Formats: sequence, structure tokens, C-alpha cells
Amino acid sequence: MTDQPMTAEPVGPAGQVPGKGRLSPRKRQRISRGIQYALLIAVVVVVAFLTNWKGLGENFAKIDVAKQALPDVFTVALKNTIIYTVGGFVFGSLGGLLLALMRLSSVRPYRWIATVYIEIFRGLPALLIFLLILFLPLALPGFEVPGGTYGQGILGLTIVSSAYMAETLRAGLQAVPKGQSEAARSLGMSHSRAMISVVIPQAIRIVIPPTTNQFVSLLKDSSLILFLGMSGEYVELTKFGNDLASTTSNATPILVVGLTYLLVTIPLGYLAGRLEKRQAKER
Amino acid sequence: MAHAVEIKELHKSFGDLEVLKGIDFTVDEGQVVCVIGPSGSGKSTLLRCVNLLEQPTKGKVTVGGVELTDPDVDIDAARRRLGMVFQSFNLFPHMTVLQNVMIAQRRVLRRGKDEAERVARENLDKVGVGAKCDAYPPQLSGGQQQRVAIARALAMDPDLMLFDEPTSALDPELVGDVLSVMRKLARDGMTMLVVTHEMSFAREVADRVVFMDGGVIVEEGPPDQVIGDPQHARTRTFLKRVLDPTHSEDDGASGVDEAPAR
Repeated sequence: MTDQPMTAEPVGPAGQVPGKGRLSPRKRQRISRGIQYALLIAVVVVVAFLTNWKGLGENFAKIDVAKQALPDVFTVALKNTIIYTVGGFVFGSLGGLLLALMRLSSVRPYRWIATVYIEIFRGLPALLIFLLILFLPLALPGFEVPGGTYGQGILGLTIVSSAYMAETLRAGLQAVPKGQSEAARSLGMSHSRAMISVVIPQAIRIVIPPTTNQFVSLLKDSSLILFLGMSGEYVELTKFGNDLASTTSNATPILVVGLTYLLVTIPLGYLAGRLEKRQAKER
Repeated sequence: MAHAVEIKELHKSFGDLEVLKGIDFTVDEGQVVCVIGPSGSGKSTLLRCVNLLEQPTKGKVTVGGVELTDPDVDIDAARRRLGMVFQSFNLFPHMTVLQNVMIAQRRVLRRGKDEAERVARENLDKVGVGAKCDAYPPQLSGGQQQRVAIARALAMDPDLMLFDEPTSALDPELVGDVLSVMRKLARDGMTMLVVTHEMSFAREVADRVVFMDGGVIVEEGPPDQVIGDPQHARTRTFLKRVLDPTHSEDDGASGVDEAPAR
């Protein structure tokens, strides 16, 4: 340490002379910082020594296995993940808007229905929903979800996301000042016309940042579609990685798939942050 | 002759709070009526009952011969003929100025795009913000926003304009622009019902001034009488406070009818 003996410490006119054997707060902080860095370096060195790099590399970053994943990881798996997610997001937003309007409606039964739906499907794990969809044909013989595997996957994600979107959109609708609909109504617009032209467009602007985050979490939830047990052209990223990992007895595909998720989620998260900042500035 | 606005025995309560305690008054065609009074006296509620933004608890509101309080009335159709200008402007922030003035013409009156745009530009020019057509409301000053709001209401060709403290949210130096637009409207013969704190405007423009306090009309008449020579102690106290705020406390005697200081 480069610390000088106490007596050499300069004391400003406003500063108090530290008591005997005591360090100034700034000096104490510097020493504590130094100790933390030293510990951190020690831990990194020990972990680096103890890790079986060769084994790890063989299992998680084997180049020729990673090559096997290409180009299907993008052309099939990522494409399907995006189809499921965007489908679930679009239908979920529409359903969510309907539920939000029902929840704010003056018709009491509408409010009840919306509340019950939202409470149930926000409270259930997404995986459970997919398992239920899997058993739907048992409950309703002869019934088939239109669109096959795509339909089933999108249905599951729609059920989950509409409950969340409903709450987000309700908050957005309530955040539009009351004067806006009053101004619209006093121009002679009907209630629904005022909603469509004035209130909903503003509510959507308000909820864009939180909705972007919801899209990211929906993208991750789409991995649960693997429990629908689809195959071939319908696989999404997680199922794709899992299958390839089994056939090659190597974990590299999981890593590849993980990086592919990040390729989408990190820019989206960044975008959501920017949108939020921009909106905060506009207020 | 039919009155432009006729209000009979109007009561309005919010829960247990009775805001309007039996209001009777009329506005004739082409008249400008200013409603003055202390805050909380029910002036804004009265105005909002005229276009049924507030549902009256009891009483009758008739505008242009149509009884709005009749449950069978198409309230949307009735509101088309009533322009309303709010204290807080309430422009639609997601639309340009031009779109703000066009939207109700297009969606409510079903005017064609070209006609709606022509009417919009005409009215925006009339209130002096014709150059701001493509701006968004938050980019404008308060005075400009309020004038756009007036143009938006005028574009619907209303028979009656309602103003709810249109200058109360404005910086003092911007009040004049809005008042001069309103003065011009009055001169052109528009029927106007104005809730305001601008005494000099009321005195100059109004045909009749209504002083309200505690949910009732205390005094009404020509401005020179109500503002110049008020008959009631409550009116005198109020005017003294408004016209000479720095000295209102010097004079304890005129505060007879006032509630104790908050």
C-alpha cells in the first residue's frame, strides 16, 4: 500500500484532524476497495486453475457440433420461435385489449368475467397451460386446435400473454387523462368512437415500453412449447437445442441456442430501455 | 322566442355533497353570459351540466329547444351543436393541430377530407394559429393550445359555445390572445356561456353576468350592475377580493357572509 503515515496526512481547514489511530473515511474506503480487488483476483485465479477447460470446451463449445446446428438453428428453430412468439403476442394483445376494456366497463358481468380470467391465468405457470392444451383432445373429443402445432403453441402463449397484456393495457387506459375523453365526447363522439380515436391510441403509446419487456418474457416462455412434443419442422429453439444435444451427446447446441436467444432479447431489452427514457423525457 | 339555453330547478350532488342547489336561468340567442363566483361555488359544474358531461341529479336542461335531460334524447347528436372549451385545453396530444380540428368533423359530421381540412384551416386562421397546422399540441404555448381548442369547437359549427375558465391555466401574458379571440366571437353574434375570473372581460363583453356562490345564483343582471354596483354583500366581498387582492384583508366588515378563513 502506498499509504503515508498518519502524521503526513494533510488536513484541510474544514476537515477535522483525525483522532489518534483513526483513518479518515476516504482513506478507509480506499483501503477497503483495495482489499476487495485483491480478493476478486484471487478467486478468479483459483477458479481458472481448478476448472477443467478441456472438458468444458469438449462439452459446451465443440466447433464441429456447433457447425451441425447451422443453418437449421436460424432457418428452422429461430424462425419457429419467432412465429410462436409473434403469434402469441398479436393474439394476446388483442385479447388483452378486449379484457382491459371489459375490466373498465360499466357492465358488471363484463368486469367479473375479465377479473376472473386475469386472476386465473396470471396465477398459473405457463407450463401448466401447455400441459392442459396437450390434454384438450381428451376433454373435448373430436376437437382440434386449428393450425396444428403452430395453433397449439400460439394458443398457449395467447392465453398467458392476454392476461398480462390486459393488466398492462388497463393501466395504460387509466393513465390517459379524463379530460381527453371529455373533450372527445363534447365534440359529439360516441363512447366507442372516443375510445377508438382518442383514448386507445394514447394508451398504446403509454404501454409500448412495458410491452416490449413482455414480448421478451413471452419469447422465453415460448421454450415451454417443447412440452407439446412436436417434431421436425415445428421445433423451436429450446427443443431444437435439446434434441441436438441428445443426438450428439454434447451440450454445445444448448450454448448455441442460448446465444441465439440473447441475439434477440438483448437488443429488445435495450430498445425497451430507450423507449422508456424517451417517454420519460416527453412528460 | 325560444331561449338558447333554459335551465330549470337544476340540482347536482356528488355523493352527499350538494354542489348545485336549484339553479334557474336562461341564455338567449346571441347573448354572452358570464358566470362568476368563488371557487367551489358550482360554476364549472353548472357549465358541465349544460352539455351533460355531468348528469344532473334533478331538474331540466333545455338547449335549442331540445330537452337534454330527457332520457330518450340522443346526447351525442345534441352535443354536436355545443362547443366546449376546457380550462386545461384537452387537445389530443397524439394528433397534429390540423388533425385535432379535423377528427370530429370527419368522424362525427362525416365531412369529406377536403372539406374538413378547409373548415379546419379557416377556423385556425380565424383564431390566429393557422401557421401551426402541422405542429403537435405539446409544442405550442398554452395560449396557442387554447386557441386551437376554440377552433376545434368552432369547426363543428356550434349554436352555443361553453367556456370553462378558458384563461385560468395560462401565463398572464398569454391571456390577452385568448380573450381577444373570444371577444371577436361575441361580436360575430355567437351565443356564449363563459365561466371566468376575468372581470374586465365580463364587464366589457357580457350581456349578462351571473354571480354564483354556495351552489345558488346570488345575483344576476347587466355587468354594470353586478360588477359595478353589486346589491348583495357576498357579491361585494367576492369582487373586492378579486379586483383588489392585496387589500382584501384590510376590510373585515364586508366578510359577513363568508365562511371562516380556511
